[in-house]
Amino acid sequence: MANTTTKRGLIARYGALLKRPSTVAMGVILALGFIAGVVFWGGFNTALEMTNTETFCIGCHEMEDNVYQEYKETIHYSNRSGVRATCPDCHVPKDWTHKIVRKIQASQEVWGKLTGFINTRDKFLDHRKEMALREWQRMKESDSRECRNCHNFEYMDFSEQGKRSVSMHSTALASGEKTCIDCHKGIAHHLPDMDGVEGWH
Amino acid sequence: MKKLATLLFAVLASCLAGTAISDTGGLNSLRGSTDLDKVRQADDMKRIPRDRETFERDYLHQPPLIPHQVRGYVVDLNSNKCLSCHSWTNYKKSGATKISMTHFATRDGQTLADVSPRRYFCMQCHVPQSDAKPLVDNSFKTVDALDGK
Repeated sequence: MANTTTKRGLIARYGALLKRPSTVAMGVILALGFIAGVVFWGGFNTALEMTNTETFCIGCHEMEDNVYQEYKETIHYSNRSGVRATCPDCHVPKDWTHKIVRKIQASQEVWGKLTGFINTRDKFLDHRKEMALREWQRMKESDSRECRNCHNFEYMDFSEQGKRSVSMHSTALASGEKTCIDCHKGIAHHLPDMDGVEGWH
Repeated sequence: MKKLATLLFAVLASCLAGTAISDTGGLNSLRGSTDLDKVRQADDMKRIPRDRETFERDYLHQPPLIPHQVRGYVVDLNSNKCLSCHSWTNYKKSGATKISMTHFATRDGQTLADVSPRRYFCMQCHVPQSDAKPLVDNSFKTVDALDGK
């Protein structure tokens, strides 16, 4: 048997090896693939989660000096029960597919950082409205998905809400005609010039 | 010489007066007495009830009081949260009291198409109410027209 094998050509031998690979080689390749998979996937997700923290967000002065300072005065940062939301809770979707889509879009923001798009207070204020409009649009399109991660309409107790809240929540919100962000703009950050925004004077 | 004596007396008197004032121990106000160089402990924040019935007015031309919480309601150059409900465009939908006609007039009596700038900052006159105890006794009575009789 051994003699016949050696007599065959180089290509034929490789062909035979591919058809019937040695079990050890198979094992090694599988094991390496598995380990590489774990390392890459784990590393990718770890890196992804690292960028998904408030510390990372306010690592840039653009976020820390502007939106974060305003946010600290609002109810989602400081309140009676001490439950709070961090930047990604509202600005990054929770489920994987939508998160990846948003993260890829956010790579544009890295370019903005590198080119200094909003690196001064004046520049930030100049662009505040377009950035706010974009984020409101995103929230409206997703039916305020990130709000609803915590605020579930199904479990709202109208008897615990104020009169004004009930009158809006039991009608426009219940029917799906409006979504959270339609009314709750400017609850976490200062507002831009609201001229031309629906519902604002 | 007489002048010098007067000056000396004045300086001496002011020194004495100075010690006398510091001896009395500071500032007296309706909120108690505190030494001038100390910062007084602040009172607890007053809680404002979430929603209540509208308040009766106590005198003619009193700016109506706000019967709800206004935490986070910003009124500035960019936006006016009050007008989201109380403006003439929005009051019917929101069921809020509409702002008065007078708020469209400038101080020269010219009526504008929108809220006059001098009336824009709502909470200069309209304020929410907490259940705070009055600092001094008050025997104020409303005029007959508002007495509800």
